[in-house]
Amino acid sequence: MHPVLTTILKRLGLGLFTLFMVSVVIFSSISLLPGDFTQAVLGQSATSETVAAFRKELGLDRPAPIRYLEWVGNVLHGDLGTSFSGRSASGVDRSRPVVTLIAPRLWNTLFLATVTALVAVPLSLILGMTAALYRNSAYDRTVNATTLATISMPEFFLAYILILGLASLWPVFPSLSTIDPQMSYSERLYRSALPAMTLTLVIVAHMMRMTRAAIINLLASSYVEMARLKGASPLKVITHHILPNAWAPIATVIAFNLAYLVVGVVVVEVVFVYPGIGQLMVDSVTSRDIPVVQACALIFAATYILLNLIADVIGIITNPRLLHPR
Amino acid sequence: MSMGTSKSTDTEVIYSAAGEVGAVRKRRTFAERNWIILKKAPLTAWFGMIVFCCYIVVAVFAPWLAPFGEAEVFNVPFAPWDETHVFGTDQIGRDILSRLIYGARNTMGIALLTTILSFFIGGVLGLVAAIDRRYLDQVLGRAMDVLMAIPSLIFALMLLSIFGSTVTSLILIIAVLDSTRVFRLTRSVAVGVVVMDYVEVARLRGEGLGWVMRREILPNIMPPLIAEFGLRFCFVFLTIAALSFLGLGIQPPTADWGSMVRENANLIQFAAYDIKASLTPLLPATTIALLTIAVNFIVDWFLHQTSGIKDE
Amino acid sequence: MSSSELTPPDHSSLQPVGRTGSLLLEMRNIRIEGFSDERWHKIIKGVNVILNRGEILGLIGESGAGKSTLGLAAMGFARPGCRITSGEIIFDGLDLGKATQSVKKHIWGTRIAYVAQSAAAAFNPAHRLMDQTVESTVREKIKGEAEARLDAVNLYRSLQLPQADTIGERYPHQVSGGQLQRVMTAMAISPRPDLIIFDEPTTALDVTTQVEVLASMREIVERFDTAAIYITHDLAVVAQMADRIKVLRYGEEVEEAETEEMLNAPKQSYTKSLWSVRALQKPVQKGDDILLDIKSVNAAYGKSRVLHDVSITVPRGSTVAVVGESGSGKSTTARVVTGLLPPEEGKIIFDGVGLPTKLSDRSKDQLQKIQMIYQMADTAMNPRQTVEEIIGRPLEFYLGLRGHVKEARVRELLEMIELDESFMDRLPAELSGGQKQRICIARALAAEPELIICDEVTSALDQIVQEGILRLLMDLQTRLGITYMFITHDIATVRAISDEIVVMYQGKVVEQGLKSEILNPPYPDYTQLLLSSVPEMDPNWLTDLLKERSNEPSEI
Repeated sequence: MHPVLTTILKRLGLGLFTLFMVSVVIFSSISLLPGDFTQAVLGQSATSETVAAFRKELGLDRPAPIRYLEWVGNVLHGDLGTSFSGRSASGVDRSRPVVTLIAPRLWNTLFLATVTALVAVPLSLILGMTAALYRNSAYDRTVNATTLATISMPEFFLAYILILGLASLWPVFPSLSTIDPQMSYSERLYRSALPAMTLTLVIVAHMMRMTRAAIINLLASSYVEMARLKGASPLKVITHHILPNAWAPIATVIAFNLAYLVVGVVVVEVVFVYPGIGQLMVDSVTSRDIPVVQACALIFAATYILLNLIADVIGIITNPRLLHPR
Repeated sequence: MSMGTSKSTDTEVIYSAAGEVGAVRKRRTFAERNWIILKKAPLTAWFGMIVFCCYIVVAVFAPWLAPFGEAEVFNVPFAPWDETHVFGTDQIGRDILSRLIYGARNTMGIALLTTILSFFIGGVLGLVAAIDRRYLDQVLGRAMDVLMAIPSLIFALMLLSIFGSTVTSLILIIAVLDSTRVFRLTRSVAVGVVVMDYVEVARLRGEGLGWVMRREILPNIMPPLIAEFGLRFCFVFLTIAALSFLGLGIQPPTADWGSMVRENANLIQFAAYDIKASLTPLLPATTIALLTIAVNFIVDWFLHQTSGIKDE
Repeated sequence: MSSSELTPPDHSSLQPVGRTGSLLLEMRNIRIEGFSDERWHKIIKGVNVILNRGEILGLIGESGAGKSTLGLAAMGFARPGCRITSGEIIFDGLDLGKATQSVKKHIWGTRIAYVAQSAAAAFNPAHRLMDQTVESTVREKIKGEAEARLDAVNLYRSLQLPQADTIGERYPHQVSGGQLQRVMTAMAISPRPDLIIFDEPTTALDVTTQVEVLASMREIVERFDTAAIYITHDLAVVAQMADRIKVLRYGEEVEEAETEEMLNAPKQSYTKSLWSVRALQKPVQKGDDILLDIKSVNAAYGKSRVLHDVSITVPRGSTVAVVGESGSGKSTTARVVTGLLPPEEGKIIFDGVGLPTKLSDRSKDQLQKIQMIYQMADTAMNPRQTVEEIIGRPLEFYLGLRGHVKEARVRELLEMIELDESFMDRLPAELSGGQKQRICIARALAAEPELIICDEVTSALDQIVQEGILRLLMDLQTRLGITYMFITHDIATVRAISDEIVVMYQGKVVEQGLKSEILNPPYPDYTQLLLSSVPEMDPNWLTDLLKERSNEPSEI
C-alpha cells in the first residue's frame, strides 16, 4: 500500500486511541468524587430511600469497568445520560437528557466559531506572511509588539473594552448576545458581533505570530538562497519555493489556533451571556451537574483531537517524501 | 570568519598551536557580556522589566502600601471614586484600591507557586524521559499526549467540579495540567543535548545518571527552560484569572483580580453616566494584562537573544 | 563599454575551444566584512581577481580564508550578515557592485551560475529535478521549455547520470548525493552561462564518488568553454580542475600562478607548507604483543546487521588505521569496543582478558584503559565547562586527584599538548578548531589509558592543523607508549601515521596487514578502487585515471 495511506491510517488509529484514553480519563475522574455526592446532588432533605434509588439508577453499585462500557455504548448511540439538574429531594425527576441540553448550545458555539474562523484565518495568514517578508521593518516591529500585547491579555479584558467602547459609550452593538433559534441569520450576526470580534482579535494575534515564525523558518532554508542565486524574483520565491513547502507548518498553526478558539470561547460566552456550550459547561461545573460536565468535556476533547488529526493529515499528504517514495 | 592579526606572508610561517586563529569568540567577562546585552535591549523589554519590578514591589510591600484591609467592609457599596476610596468600593463595600494591591500578592503568589510546582513535576519527568528513551519515554509520552488532548481550561473546570475550588486544589490541578507542557519542552531540549558527544563521553567514563543530569545536561538546557518558566507563569496566571472570573477559582473574601472583574462587571453599563465608575471592572483586568504583557516582552527578548537567529 | 542587455553566448559548436579568451571578470581590491559576536570582522581584505573567458581559476585556502564569501561576491551577492565595503566587481563590462537587484536577477542563474556545496539542501524538496534544472533557462527565455528539457536530458547523459531520460521526473530525496551534485551541475550549465562558481562541490562526497563527479564536471566545463571559479580546500582536487590557482589565507592573497608552476615551484612559504603537508611518513613497526583482539564480531542496529564477522587485532604500542568510506562500519566497530553497542556474536579481548560486552557491566578500571576522541571537538566538549574542568574531571574520577595536585597535573597535560596554562579558564567557544581537538586529546590522556580510539579526529580540520595534530599523536605514542586505533577515510592520513591498516567495506573487513603490504600491489578489488580514487597532486592524475578505468570494467 502507498506510504501515504498507511501513514494516514496509522495516524487515524492513534487519534481514535487517544480519544478512547481521554474518555477513560474523563469517566474515571468522576470516580474520584469524594464522599457521597448523590446526597449532595439531591439536597439535604432527601430521604435515604430517594438517595438509594438515585444511586441504583446511576448504577453505582456495579463495578467501574462495566459502567464505563455502558457509558461508552450509550455515547455511541447518542445518549449522553441525563442531567442532574431537575432532580429534587422529593424524588420528582424533571431531569432532561443531556443531549437535548447540549445540542442547541453546540450549534450556537459552532456558529460563533465559524464566523470567527472565516474572518480570522485569512486575516492572520496575510498579516503573518507580510510581516515575515518585511522582517524588521517598522511595520513588522509594530505588528509584533501589538500582537504580543494582545496575546498577553485575558479574553475578558478585550471583551469588556469592546463592550465599553461599542456597546456602552456608543451603543453600536448589544452587550448581551441573547439569541434564539427563531432569529434570522442577520439578526444572529448582529447580536454575535461583539463576541466574534473579541475572539477574532485573540485568534488573529496568536495565529499571525505563528505564521510569521513558520514563514521565517522556511525563508532560512538553503533552497531559498539557491533560488535567489538562480535569479528568482521575490514573488517567485514565495509562490514557487516557499508555498509548496508551507502547507504542513501552516496547517499545524491553523489547527492549533482553532483548538485555542475552542477554549477561548468559554470565557467570551460567559462575558456576553452567549448561549453556547462554553457557558453551559461553566454553569454545570458551578452546579456540579456531572453528566453535563462529562459530556461537554468529551465534546471539547473530541474537537481538539479532530483538529490536530486534520492538521497532521494535511502535513502527510503534502510531504513529497511520502507522496513519492524512493 | 576569522579575526585577529594576519601574519605577514613573507616571513617564515612557524606553526604554533597556541597561536592558531580560527572562528574564535572574543574573551569577555560575564559582567561585560551581560551589560552589552542589556544595553541593546529594545524598548519593549525595558518596559517589561520596569513594570515587572513595580509589581514585585507592590506584592511584597502590600500591607504597607494598601490604605485599608483587603476584606474591610465600608458602608457604601459601589461608591464613586473620591479621596478616601480612590477607586471607589465594590459590590459589598470593600475598598477597590486596597483589594487591587492585595490582589497582586494573592494572584501572583498563587501563580508563582503553581508554576514552580509544575516545573518541578514536568522538568524531572522530561529529563527522565529524555535519558531513558525507550520504555519510560514511550509510556510517559503517551500519557502526556492523552492529558494534553483535553484543553487545559476545560480539564481544569471538570476537575474543579469534582474537587471543589480551594486554593490547594487549584494549585495542584493547574500545576499537574501545566506540567504536561513543561514535560514536552524539557524532553525536547534535553534530547537535543543527550545526543551530543560530550554526554556520551561522560557515560563512557562511567559517570552515574545523577551526575550526567546535573552537570552535563541541565546547565545546557537552562536558557530555553528559563524562557519557558516566564511563559508558563503567564499562562498559569491567565488561567487562574480566567477561572476566578468564572467564579471557580480563588474564592472570596480573598482579594483576587479575576474575581474582582466579575464582581464589578455590572458597572460597565453605566459608562454613559459615570465614566469613572464604569472603568472600575477594567482596573483589575488591566493589572492582569499589564503583568502578562510585561513578562511576555521580557521573555520574547530573552528568546531572541539566546536563539541567536540572524533576523535579517 | 557597458552591456546592460542580455545577449546569450553563441556556442553553436560543441567542440572544445581554446582555453584563454578575453577578460570576463575583474574584481579589484575587494573588501568584505561579516557581522558576528556583536562586531564587524574583516573577512576579505583587499583581494584582486582576474578571470578570462573559458578559464578555470582554483581558489584554495583553509577554513576562515574567505573563499566562499569571495566566490559569492564574484556574483555580486553578499550573504545576510555580510557586506561588501569597497572594491569593484566588473563582469563583462557590467559593474555588479553598483547594479540594482533587478539587473542582477537577470544575470544570476543565467550568465553566472552557482553550484553549492550541499546539493541536498540546495534543491527544493517539493519540486521535480527537471523543473528545477530548467527553471532559470526558461524564465529568461534562453531556450523554449521543450528545447530546454531535451537539452537537460542530454546534459544528464553527458554527466553519466543513470536513466538520464527519466531521472528528471524524480524528486531530490529519491536520488543519491553524488547524483544530486551532478544534477546541480546540469542545472548550472543549462542556460550556458559565461561563468560557474563551484563552491566545494565534492567535499561532502565519498572519495570514490568524488572521482566520477569531478570527471563529469571537468568534461562539461571544457565542452562548453565555460569560465569557472573552483573553490576547495583540497589541493589535489584543485590540481585536476584549474588552469590557475590562487591561494587565500585569512582574507588575503598569498600567491597566484598557473597550475603546473604552482605545484612544482611555489614561491611563498605558506604555499610551500600547504603543498608539503603530507610528507609525514611513519616507519612501520610490527608488534607482536596484542593489546586489543576483536574476534568475529557480528553486530546489528535493531534488525539490520551492520558488522559481519569482523576480526581486528591491535598490537600494543602501535597504530592500527581502520579505513573505509561511509557505511563501511568503522565507527560501529569503535562503538562495539567501547561497549556502547553490544555485539550479537563475538568477543572483545583486551590485554588478555575478555571485556564485558555491555558498557554498564564494565569496571571503572576497564573503562579507564580505553579512551575515545571524537571527530567534532565542538560537540565533544560541554560548552559550559572550562578547559580546566574538562581535563580535570578524568583526573578526579579515575585517579582521585584533587586541589593543587590536580591543577599541577592539568598544567602538565596542557604542556604535553603544546598549549600553556593561560588556556585553563577558557571555554570551548573561545578556542580554535585545532586547539579544541588538542584539549580532547589531553582529556583522553588524563585517564592514563592504554588504548585510545581516534574516530576521524582530523577529518574536520584544515590540512596544516591536521598535520600538527598527527605529529602530536605520534609524539605522544613514542613518549608514553599509547596504542591507537585510528579510524579514518583519508588515505593520506593512513599513509602518514599507521603501522597496520584494516580496510573495511559494508561492514566487513576486506583486508588487514602491515602498511607496507596493504599499500603495495597486488590489491583486492575494493582496496584497488579506494586507493586509486584518492586525488594526487598531479594535474594529469584524473585524465590518466579515467583512461585506465575506461579500459577495465568496474565491478563495484
